[in-house]
This record gives sequence, structure tokens and C-alpha cells, in this order.
Amino acid sequence: MLPRRSLLLLSLSALACSRRPASPHRVAVAVAAASDLRFVLAELLADLRSSRPDLLVELSFGASGSLVAQISQGAPFDVFLSADESLARDLVTRGLADPRSLFRYARGHLALWVPRAPHLDVPSLGLRSLLDPSIRRVALASSRHAPYGRAAVAALSASGLTAAVTPKLVTGENVAQAMQMAQSGAADAALVSLSLTHAPGVASAGQIYVVPAALHPPIEQGGVVLRRAADPSAAAAFAEYLRSASARGIFARHGFDPPAP
Amino acid sequence: MDWTALALSLRLAAVTTVILLALSLPLAWWLATTRWRWRHVVDALVAMPMLLPPTVLGYYLLIALGPRSPIGALLLRLTGESLPFTFPGLVVGSVLYSLPFAVQPMRASFARVDRELLEAAWCLGADRARTFVRVVLPLSRAGVVAAAVLTFVHTLGEFGVVLMLGGNLPGRTRTVSVAIYDQVQSLDYAAANRTAGVLVALSFALLALTYHAQREGAFRWPTT
Repeated sequence: MLPRRSLLLLSLSALACSRRPASPHRVAVAVAAASDLRFVLAELLADLRSSRPDLLVELSFGASGSLVAQISQGAPFDVFLSADESLARDLVTRGLADPRSLFRYARGHLALWVPRAPHLDVPSLGLRSLLDPSIRRVALASSRHAPYGRAAVAALSASGLTAAVTPKLVTGENVAQAMQMAQSGAADAALVSLSLTHAPGVASAGQIYVVPAALHPPIEQGGVVLRRAADPSAAAAFAEYLRSASARGIFARHGFDPPAP
Repeated sequence: MDWTALALSLRLAAVTTVILLALSLPLAWWLATTRWRWRHVVDALVAMPMLLPPTVLGYYLLIALGPRSPIGALLLRLTGESLPFTFPGLVVGSVLYSLPFAVQPMRASFARVDRELLEAAWCLGADRARTFVRVVLPLSRAGVVAAAVLTFVHTLGEFGVVLMLGGNLPGRTRTVSVAIYDQVQSLDYAAANRTAGVLVALSFALLALTYHAQREGAFRWPTT
């Protein structure tokens, strides 16, 4: 009966089974990381591999707030790297992480990135570049659940630009999406983490203005090891590495400052 | 190109199609033949996943199956595992999400079967099950094949439900559409284009192959 369709289904399931994904027990550390860490973490993992080749790290990215929501619904992560320490502390409050495992690994900077506007002198105009009529859409991360989105809204308000710029704002779920909106040309500027403007091919493609830290609450990036970690010692080793001297150097190259003590 | 994600999506689509065919055959037949006065309520319920935005469906599934809901807590006690962020969780989500695509083509085909043929079969001594297998299914094979193909392709391209319910875990819940989303967010447009190209080519080939086979009569029911 239905010979050809059964064959099709059979061959499909055979294909699906023959390429079984890496089984969970081989994964040493599953990391849920804030989107501003996309590029720095790639480099950190390459560096970590040279000293700890046995440590297999798997990354999933999202807005810090969304990741907290997933973790509190039972998402199987071992380490959470937030863009905002307070969200990592949230998980401690909810009993999902040990307070002693809370750590700070970097301090982030907010940056304005403006591609395709050679007539504007973005570094000297600063946030006031956003008032230029050629800037019609400004992308930022959600101020509800992304720390850099909150920082962007605070910086606009501290500069007295909220009323003028709000009609131009478009919101991405996280900083990486906001960056992608500006890079694709859908938006004319992006308020994102300085780290994302260090992504390959991004820095040279636009002008960067580092928003002064005084204009927004500090972005203390913090992380936490989750209680449900499959291999707590591997998770702790990864957390330890992020605070090592060699990790600090890589963080610095991607526009992060060392964390407040 | 993320082959692991593609394999995961194919596996998800195959499992979902098999489960949905088994569930939808009786449900579609019942909907096509019942005279129960509230049947339209069931019809509307079956169509609901088509109207709900997939992320909304995914969000409520996440809450409903999560360890803090009564259903989730019961599952956790029975199986020791909670469904969100696992492959079985994605299967549950996909079955709900693709339900109308399995039920509606079959229901439409079943409704077109001439009632006199059924009565003739009963008069000749065939019971209801035998009538269904020997008369109804052969006459409705186009609807059944359409249901299977639509379910498979619809699940293959699923995004919102998987993103909410799966959590983008590589090798475990990162399906091909979520992998494309992730590649775009990594500003790696070349990789996103390659993955999307493979997905489009595969879906197109599947559809073209099925329609071709259907025209050539490969899906004819055996008559003896």
C-alpha cells in the first residue's frame, strides 16, 4: 500500500536518524548568553580550547530577559551570562542558582552605530546625530527585557532627546537583532552594545560613538551557575575562565571594561 | 550549512506526520459524518492553531507544559523530565500547530464520499471498519496524501512555536528555521542564505515529487 510514499517517509526517517545530533551527555557546559556576547564568546571559546580542550561549551543566545524566562520554565542550561547582573541575581532569588556562584565578568558600553551617513560627523555630534533628517529609523533592543535597550532609553532621556527620537525608534528582540536591522539598511542607526560594533566587518562599515557611561545606569554584566547544571565542576571551570587574565584581554579587545570589584 | 539542524527538522517533520495521520484519520472521519449539533465547535477548535500567531501558541504551550503548571508537574512526576526544551516537547507543539493541515484535507475528501456507496457496502455485509478501509480511504486518497505532505512541509518550516518552546539548543531543539534566524542574528548572512537555499530546495523537491507521483497514480489503493 502507498509504496512510494512509504519509501519516501522511510528514507527520510533513515536520513534523520543517521545524522543524530550530539547527544546531551557529551555536552559539558550549555551556556545561555546575552546577545551582546556573540562575537566575544566565539573568540573566548577558541582561546579556552587551547587550555581546556576537554571542555565542550555549547552556546545559545537571546535577550537576557527572555533567557531568564526560559530558564525559569526549565530550560536545560548550566551557565547563564547576562548583560545585566540584576537578571542573574533574579535566578538566585527564584532559587534556580546558588548565590555563591554569582559573578561579574565585564562592564559593557552602549554605542551608537551609524552606517551610510558620510555627511554626519557622528563621533563629534554624538547622540544628536539622531536628530538629522537623514536618520529616519533608529534600531534598539527591547527596553522591556534587554539591558542594552534599557540603557539606550535611559541615555536618550538623559540627553533630552526622548521626544524627538522616540518616533524614529524601532525595536529588536535583542541587541543583535537591532544591529542586524541597521546593517541590512532597514534602519539608519542602531543603539547597541559596543561589543557588537567590533563584529567582523561591522566597525569598518559605519561610524561609532561610544555613549558616555554617565548617561545610563552602569551595565554590569554578571553570570551565574545554575543549580540544575549537569556537570557543576565543568560549569564552574568555565565561569572561572571568564575571569582569568587571558579572558579579560579578549573582553577588552571587544569593547568591554573589567567589571567593578 | 547546519546539517544537524536540518536532520533535526526532518526527524521532527517525519514523527509529527506519522502521529498526526494516526490522530486525524478518525477525527476527520467523525467530523465529516457526525450530526452532533455542536460539531462546529470542534471544527473551530481544530482550525484554531491556524489563526493563533505561532509565537503565541508556543508561549502558551511553554507555560502549559512547564514544570509549574499542573500538566507539566504531572508529566514531570510521571516521566522525570519536563517537556519544554526537549525533542518530545517540540513534537507535541508541532502536532498541535499542524493539526488543521492534517484534518482539513481529509475531512473535505471524506465529506465527498457518496453515502450510497457506504450503504451498499453495509448491505453487502461489510462492517464499519472494513467499509472505511475498503471504500472510504481509496476514494479519499488524494486528501490523505495532501494531509501528509502539508503536515510534513508545514512542520519543516515551523518557526515561532519551536523558538518559544525549544529554546534554540544546538543539536537538541535548534531546527533549521531557528538555525537560519540564529545565523542572521550572528550577521552571518552567507550561512543564512545557504541554509535557507537548502530548505527551499528540499521543500520544493518534496512537493514536486509528491504532485508528480499523485498524477502518475502511484498512490492508488490496492483493489484486491
